[in-house]
Formats: sequence, C-alpha cells, structure tokens
Amino acid sequence: MAEMLERDALEIAEAWREAGRKVALATVVETWGSAPRPVGSHLVIDEEGNFEGSVSGGCVEGAVVGEALELLESGTTKMLEFGVADETAWRVGLSCGGRIRVFVEPVA
Amino acid sequence: MELSLLKALNEERAARRAAVLVTNTASGEARLVKESEAAGDSLADEISKHLRSGRSGMLEDGHTFLTVAVPPPRLVAIGAVHISQALAPMAKLAGLDVTIIDPRTAFASEERFPGVALVAEWPEEALKNIPFDAYTAVAALTHDPKIDDVPLREALAAGCFYVGALGSRKTHGKRVERLLEAGVREHDVERIHAPIGLDIAAASPGEIAVAVLAEVIAALRKGPSMAREAA
Repeated sequence: MAEMLERDALEIAEAWREAGRKVALATVVETWGSAPRPVGSHLVIDEEGNFEGSVSGGCVEGAVVGEALELLESGTTKMLEFGVADETAWRVGLSCGGRIRVFVEPVA
Repeated sequence: MELSLLKALNEERAARRAAVLVTNTASGEARLVKESEAAGDSLADEISKHLRSGRSGMLEDGHTFLTVAVPPPRLVAIGAVHISQALAPMAKLAGLDVTIIDPRTAFASEERFPGVALVAEWPEEALKNIPFDAYTAVAALTHDPKIDDVPLREALAAGCFYVGALGSRKTHGKRVERLLEAGVREHDVERIHAPIGLDIAAASPGEIAVAVLAEVIAALRKGPSMAREAA
C-alpha cells in the first residue's frame, strides 16, 4: 500500500524535526483561477534548504524556500501571495495565470 | 506550529481518524480538533462542513484556516479470487489503499497478487489488526458464507461507506435471511450492494471488477457523507 502514496509532507516535517533539524511548513491556503496545487497542499523545508512536497508545479517553490529560510531565523510566520509572473520585475509567478496564497510557519 | 501539535495530528492520521487543524494565520496560533470532538467546538458548523467535503480551506474571516485530514479511502476485498486479481491493481490506480483477506492460503498467494497487501487469515482474525471504518469499502467476493458473512456484518456495524457482496439474487436472498437471523437490522442489510457492481452487464472477472470499482467510487463521491456515517 505504502509504495503507492506520495511521501507525506506532514510526516516528513515531524521526522525532520525529531532529527533535530529546523523545519518550516508552507501550506496553500487560498487559490484563485487555475492554481496548480489545491488548497491544503504542503511544502516542508529545513534550514539547509532541503524540501519535500509542493505548493505549485515548481513555479514558486524556490521563492517559498527562500522566505522559509528567513522565517527559520526569525521564528515568525508569513503569508505569501503569488500571481502571474511580472516579467519586467523578474519576480517568480505562476505561468498558468492563477493566484495562490501560501502560509509559511516554523515548526517550533 | 508546535511540534507536539504536528505529532498529535499525524497520530490521528496514522490511526485513520479524521481531524482538523485550526490555524489562525494572523497570529500563528493553532489547535487540533478531532472528529469525535468536533460537535462541541466553537467552530462546529464550519468544521463539520469541511470534514464532510474532506477539503481544507480558509474561513470567511480571511485568517482562520482549516487543514482537514480525513483518512484515505481503502478497499478491503474478501476473497483472493479472480475478480480480486483484476480489482486490486485497478483500485490502486484509482487511489484506494487495497487489502485482500482470504484464509485460503492457496488463493491468497504473493504470486497471484504481486504487490498487494494480503492477509491469509479468517476475517474475524484479520479485522482485529485492520478494523473497518467509515472510510473503508468492503467487497465480499468469495461466495462462501463461512468467509463472507462475518466481514459483511462488521462492515455494516462500522458504517463502511460501501458494502457489496457477490452472488445472484437468490444467493443474496439466503444471505439476507442469515444476516437477519444473526441480529443485523433490516435497515443495515439493505445497505449491501447485491448483486455487486454497477449494472453494466459485466461478464468476465475483469469486467465485474470494473463494475465493482465504479460502484465503490460512486459511493465515495456521491454517496451519503462518510463523515455523517461515522458520527
């Protein structure tokens, strides 16, 4: 049975934390339009930038990991919002045209 | 989120119990509400609505997020028969956790069911380790009352979201008599899908497996709410 399941982000978060790693959890909390991953999708990040899971089809994971690393320093939480990529500013975004909000929190 | 809270949530998920994590995204505070405690919670209506749909979501206040954890649906086939050989891989593809129970070790062999969770025990023994719940579908496929009847009774008692049994109308008539005699309520007996599977005139074991899987999916997606069944 287990081999059919994706590696579970919440179990990974617990295992990493138990192993003494600093861990942040990112969760898709709202979506608009054609968002790549549904509400409730998780990404788990450790202090070295290792991550498992996904909050988009790979479009914004890099940016979320970057924010998570900052939060692991400060211990605070943050709400991130991503929409269509702004080409002139070279910011990351969603090529699908959707919009997502991602809540990032440390696992204390 | 506190590690202790994450552990408590994962514990509920591992035990196949539904739970909701309530997170205030403004303050970062969070708490866990188990399904058994949901009715008495200050957010009872919202929580029960989300438990029924199985979907996580933000409440209208814009800062209360509900992370919903409902157990993955599971299919338990009673009988390591031809239909099960076709049903198991298809059900796995459809996203169901599959377990096959059959005390006859010649049937329940790894060669016949590569990669499938097999329990070569009598159902009454097997169910001690993998109890049925509201997120389980049970398909009784052996034709043998000695093997099928007990798990059917257990499935009805546990509020499984789907209960089906192979056999003609005549066979099922006798089965109904036996179950009623054994004290199962008529209302519960009526929940058994028999003859098993959607009526697509299935002829071969593979086609019957398609009909059974389609019926299981219909019960999962359209049927009475699993959460309500559990309550």
